[in-house]
Parts: sequence; C-alpha cells; structure tokens
Amino acid sequence: MARITASVYTSHVPAIGAAIDLGKTDEPYWQPLFKGFEFSKQWMQAHRPDVIFLVYNDHATAFSLDMIPTFAIGTADRYKPADEGWGPRPVPDVIGHPELASHIAQSVIQDDFDLTIVNKMDVDHGLTVPLSLMCGQPPQSDFAWPCPVIPFAVNVVQYPVPSGRRCFELGKAIRKAVESYDEPLNVQIWGTGGMSHQLQGPRAGLINREFDNMFLDRLIADPAGLATLPHIDYVRDAGSEGIELVMWLIARGAMSDVPRGASADVAGGAPPTLRHRFYHVPASNTAVGHLILENN
Amino acid sequence: MPLDKPYLDVPGTTIFDAEQSRKGYALNQFCMSLMKAENRARFKADERAYLDEWPMTEDQKQAVVARDLNRCIALGGNIYFLAKIGATDGKSFQQMAGSMTGMTETEYRDMMVGGGRSVEGNRKIGEDGDAQAHRQPQGRQVPKEGA
Repeated sequence: MARITASVYTSHVPAIGAAIDLGKTDEPYWQPLFKGFEFSKQWMQAHRPDVIFLVYNDHATAFSLDMIPTFAIGTADRYKPADEGWGPRPVPDVIGHPELASHIAQSVIQDDFDLTIVNKMDVDHGLTVPLSLMCGQPPQSDFAWPCPVIPFAVNVVQYPVPSGRRCFELGKAIRKAVESYDEPLNVQIWGTGGMSHQLQGPRAGLINREFDNMFLDRLIADPAGLATLPHIDYVRDAGSEGIELVMWLIARGAMSDVPRGASADVAGGAPPTLRHRFYHVPASNTAVGHLILENN
Repeated sequence: MPLDKPYLDVPGTTIFDAEQSRKGYALNQFCMSLMKAENRARFKADERAYLDEWPMTEDQKQAVVARDLNRCIALGGNIYFLAKIGATDGKSFQQMAGSMTGMTETEYRDMMVGGGRSVEGNRKIGEDGDAQAHRQPQGRQVPKEGA
C-alpha cells in the first residue's frame, strides 16, 4: 500500500520565488532565509518521495471570483506555472499523479469532504515556491521537479475559510485514502502558507513571532488542540493573511500519530520525529516558518 | 439573525467576506483581466475607457485611477486581485502593502527588516497601536517635492 512518510511545512511568499529566479539568494537580505533551507534540500535528496501531496492556496490565479472552491484537488497529468502578472516563473511544469489523485478524491468524498475536482489549471507561487525551496532550481540539463505532485488548493482568500478543525479532519481522511492505494508509493504531504502576515490596510506588515512559535510548538506536539483555534485568533494575532496557516493542519492531520480517518479506524501511533525547524523574519511582508516531520 | 462577524473590530483590517466579495465582484474581475498582456496594454493606453467596460461603480473606478488601495478594499476589492494592478504598474507586493499605511517605501521596508509591525495595541479597535484610526497616516510625512 501507499504510505505517508513525512510532512513538510513552509511559507510560500512570492518574493522568495523572485529572489531565486533573479539569482538574489546570496544577497544579505535573503541569505539568512535560504540558509534555513540548506538542510531541507539535502534531506529532500536523501528522502525523495514518489509523490508529493501539496496543500496550498491559489492567489486569484486559477480561481477568480467566478468560482471559489473551498477544497480543490488536481487530477490532471500536468500543470503550467501561472503568469501572475509578472510573467510565469521559469520553473518546470508540474507533473501530476492522476491515478492517485482520483483515488484520493473518491475516498475523501466518500468520507464526507466535498472536494472540487480540477482537470485543468495553472499553478501559482503558492505551489511552486515550496518546490523551489525544498528541491532547489532544477538544472537546465534535467529540467524537471524530482517527482509528481498532486496540487490541493484550499480557499483562504474569501471568508469564511475552512476551520482549523475541518482541515485537521480532512488530513485524517487523506491519510486513509493514501493508505488504501494498492501501489507501494512513498508519499509526502506538504502544508504551505503563512506564517504571520497582513498585506492590506493600515495594519499591513503585522508580524507576531510569539504567535508563530506557539503555532510551531503546538503543531508538533498538540495538533488536535491547535486545530480548535478559531479564525478570529489567527486574524487578530497573525494578520488577515496569517489565516493561511490552517492549511498546515491538513498535512499534520495526515501524520500517523493521529487516529486515522473520520472513524479513527487505526489508532494514533508514535509521535513524529522533528527533523528540522526554522523561523525567519522577514521575507517581504511575511514571517517564514518551516518544519520537517518524519513519521515513525 | 445577523451573521457572526467577530472580525469587524480588528483595526486597519477589512476581512474579505462574502458581503465584501459581492460588492467587489466587478472590481476584482476587472483586476483579473489584467493578467492578459493585451488587456494590460489597453488599460494603460486609456484607463478610464477600459474601466468603463466593466459594471463597476463610479467610486470603484475613481479609486482604481487614484491607486487608492485602501479605498479599493473598502469598496469590495481584495488584495490578491488588486495586486494585478500593481503588477501592471510594475510594483511589488511590498510596495503595494506599504502604500496602504501612509509610510514611504523605505519606512515600510525598514519596519519589516526590523521585525515587522507589532501586534500590541493593534488587536482591537480602541487600543493605541500604530494601526489604529487615530494614528493614520503613518510615517514621517515628509512633504512631497513640489507640494
């Protein structure tokens, strides 16, 4: 059967992508941030998965206000990097895994999560910046990401966004879906976005180190408790765009120390191993957080 | 029965909820149209004529022409959509976010490098943080050249 071996959490700031694409990673402003991902790139090479299930949000790119799906799973063969107004990022197309994605859609919908199924969309910085941070820029000689990716887009743009609890429960259902897939695939699940930031109004620029570190601590050790945090606490303490952090709870809910699925048909196992933790302020308007957790 | 909107008392912050989204539908879809190069060119050539193709309110059109992002947001705009106007103008997200505070670009960048805006005094309307209405606009307010 397929198995989730690890989860990765990282912010997905567009300026990070621009810094990589424009060769600015050694500049004093950016150097401390990229240093925090050096270990992660090595870890990725040593723990190359067969598939990445990548939870992110679309930033008014593939989804306008014509349609606003709360949870959307990509079941396509391939996804193009989007032109977000500055031209598309010079990164490879994202290769999908339609078989596993359709299997997960079938299983998760049967578990009462009403996903939108997407067969055609471009992917924006929310998806490609985490890939760049974890995998580095693919060389021209082998211009491809290291493995297929299943994009999973969450609406965190228009309120109300899904609650932390709902996201955590969804993670449990995704794990159950993966573990009922026959092929023995090594799957990683990534939760992206955050940490504290606000991009609008006179309160723009808000950063809250205390909240962010509380979130990292509890995501590791008390995810079920953290999942009960109401939206308003994110808005007040982590900024209006800090709400993206609910997406990290989807990845965390899929880890094997959490009881599996809505019916908890498999009890929670040993806690995951914290392989890496990093926090840095700022990247443009945003606090950057990053964790790697391995299942035991 | 009114809906629960506990976020209305966060200072300097407009939550893009279903009500704002409804008000801002045409404004935000106009922004989306700027993702196409040919539309950006048409908009730049004659902003007013381009805006008049959209069923936006006069207030919304004027806010766009003035690049008053706070006003755009009050009228239903969302920052991820409004960012397309910034991209058309060659502005970064940081320049756009900073423009809503009253700070100069340098002042805002320095604030971020210094660790960002503190949440203290900025959680609820009525406190005394720098995002509160009685402390706007922010920054040193150096008079513009020629002003």
